[in-house]
Amino acid sequence: MWRAFCLVLLSVCFETTRFRGKTDFHLSFFQRKIGTFVHKPVISFLFMKKTALSNKHTALGARMVPFAGFLMPVEYTGVMDEHRTVRKGVGVFDVSHMGEFWCKGPKAYNLVQRLTSNDLARLQDGRVQYTCFPNGRGGIVDDLLVYRFGHEEYLLVVNAANIEKDWKWVNEQNNGGAELINASAEISQLAVQGPLAANVLQKLTPVDLDGIKYYTFVAGELAGVKDVIISATGYTGAGGFELYFPNEYAGKIWDAVFEAGKEEGIKPAGLAARDTLRLEMGFCLYGNDIDDTTSPLEAGLGWITRFVEGNDFIDREFLEKQKKEGVKRKLVGFELLERGIPRQHYPIMDASGKQVGEVTSGTMSPMLNRGIGMGYVEVSLASPGTRLFIQVRNKSLEAEVVKMPFYKSE
Amino acid sequence: MNIPKNLKYTEDHEWIRVEGKEAFVGVTDFAQGELGDVVFIEIETAGESLGKGEAFGTIEAVKTVSDLFMPVSGKVEEVNPELENNPEIVNKDPYGKGWMIKITPSDLSELDSLLSPEEYEALLNK
Repeated sequence: MWRAFCLVLLSVCFETTRFRGKTDFHLSFFQRKIGTFVHKPVISFLFMKKTALSNKHTALGARMVPFAGFLMPVEYTGVMDEHRTVRKGVGVFDVSHMGEFWCKGPKAYNLVQRLTSNDLARLQDGRVQYTCFPNGRGGIVDDLLVYRFGHEEYLLVVNAANIEKDWKWVNEQNNGGAELINASAEISQLAVQGPLAANVLQKLTPVDLDGIKYYTFVAGELAGVKDVIISATGYTGAGGFELYFPNEYAGKIWDAVFEAGKEEGIKPAGLAARDTLRLEMGFCLYGNDIDDTTSPLEAGLGWITRFVEGNDFIDREFLEKQKKEGVKRKLVGFELLERGIPRQHYPIMDASGKQVGEVTSGTMSPMLNRGIGMGYVEVSLASPGTRLFIQVRNKSLEAEVVKMPFYKSE
Repeated sequence: MNIPKNLKYTEDHEWIRVEGKEAFVGVTDFAQGELGDVVFIEIETAGESLGKGEAFGTIEAVKTVSDLFMPVSGKVEEVNPELENNPEIVNKDPYGKGWMIKITPSDLSELDSLLSPEEYEALLNK
């Protein structure tokens, strides 16, 4: 069963639906002998895609696991150390598995506006918008970032596990004939995150990083590479930048960033820390907290669902009605009041012991040193302060609904 | 991979070290590496007599959780008190300070069915 851990890890903390069937936590938990599991990860490794930085990770001693079809570093020095490094200093994530679609031409604006729930009219050149693709059935195809380079040029950054699904969806909706390019396989992405990220990157670029405000970007020279997209975004809540560039420069930029960050104690960080960091902030993870069956309104993403003039997006009518009538369930954040770690699929109960939902994401918060998690419950149980109980294997542990983010940076 | 020669091992990655009539039990270096950072260890079986292969507790890491199994039958005499406040010793010193329980084995012949260091190493390399 121990060999199954790297698979368990995926179902516990990451987005992929691809592995969920065979990595159900309870199955492997009670699977005593490793024999039936032992070869599965090994075999699947052979079919895994690699990022341009795969050799760097291996050389650093990273533990590599299959994730969304890629062989990705899950941890280097350990999730706790990496997590704290990002919160207090600076850490680097290889997130080259993420997908990038260009949408260009005179029809681009209308296509992106129709595809996404947020209002594209509010997005100016050089800015980034968090948004989602409603799926035409009240759910979500994916959540994504939209970068505006110009009225006729957008970059859509989507989840790795959804690249194929999103690409099909975007093309199906492209009735107007916008130009679409799937650049996912050619673009590498590094997330340089943490309060010291700007210090480090400023050594490598003439671009004034202080001038790049949250959710804006500049395409400029970095580490001698021209036209690197330097974006003040991230999935950690720790501040910092995400860098996009062609694969061929990945090694060069990686090395330059680590050289520049020596003084700041820069460290590589893996998917495990990325997950604990995002969960402390209450950021949704597609496949865990949002999916084709959850509405953006239920997920607390009303702020990216804009019912304004000119934003005629897919599912607008349905979602507007849902907003008017009120959602029946809501995604809430909770903290455990007792020692324990909530994990995905653990049952959520009310005070009477009746199951009212299940955990969609859960972890031990390295900063709060407490179990935290999210899950959908009916609206009457969604107010902060509400007592809930999480079934952690054979124990029912008391929890309290709290406002997110769980962790507020100093 | 550290696999001390003076221990016996289970296929579930526990080790056992016999000292006279008593024995110490913990998890292997491989196990702690696979688990990642250990957050806490829950052992509520002190004083109980358990059979070989029965769960004596659970170990929770940030990203994973696992049951802990008795390598041989016996009575759980003591739980390592250091684990309560310093669970990370399991990561740092799995065969030493990170021991988990002290037991009185009820049938020492059960040790023969466990893996030798060489057999355990072979299992890991499979």
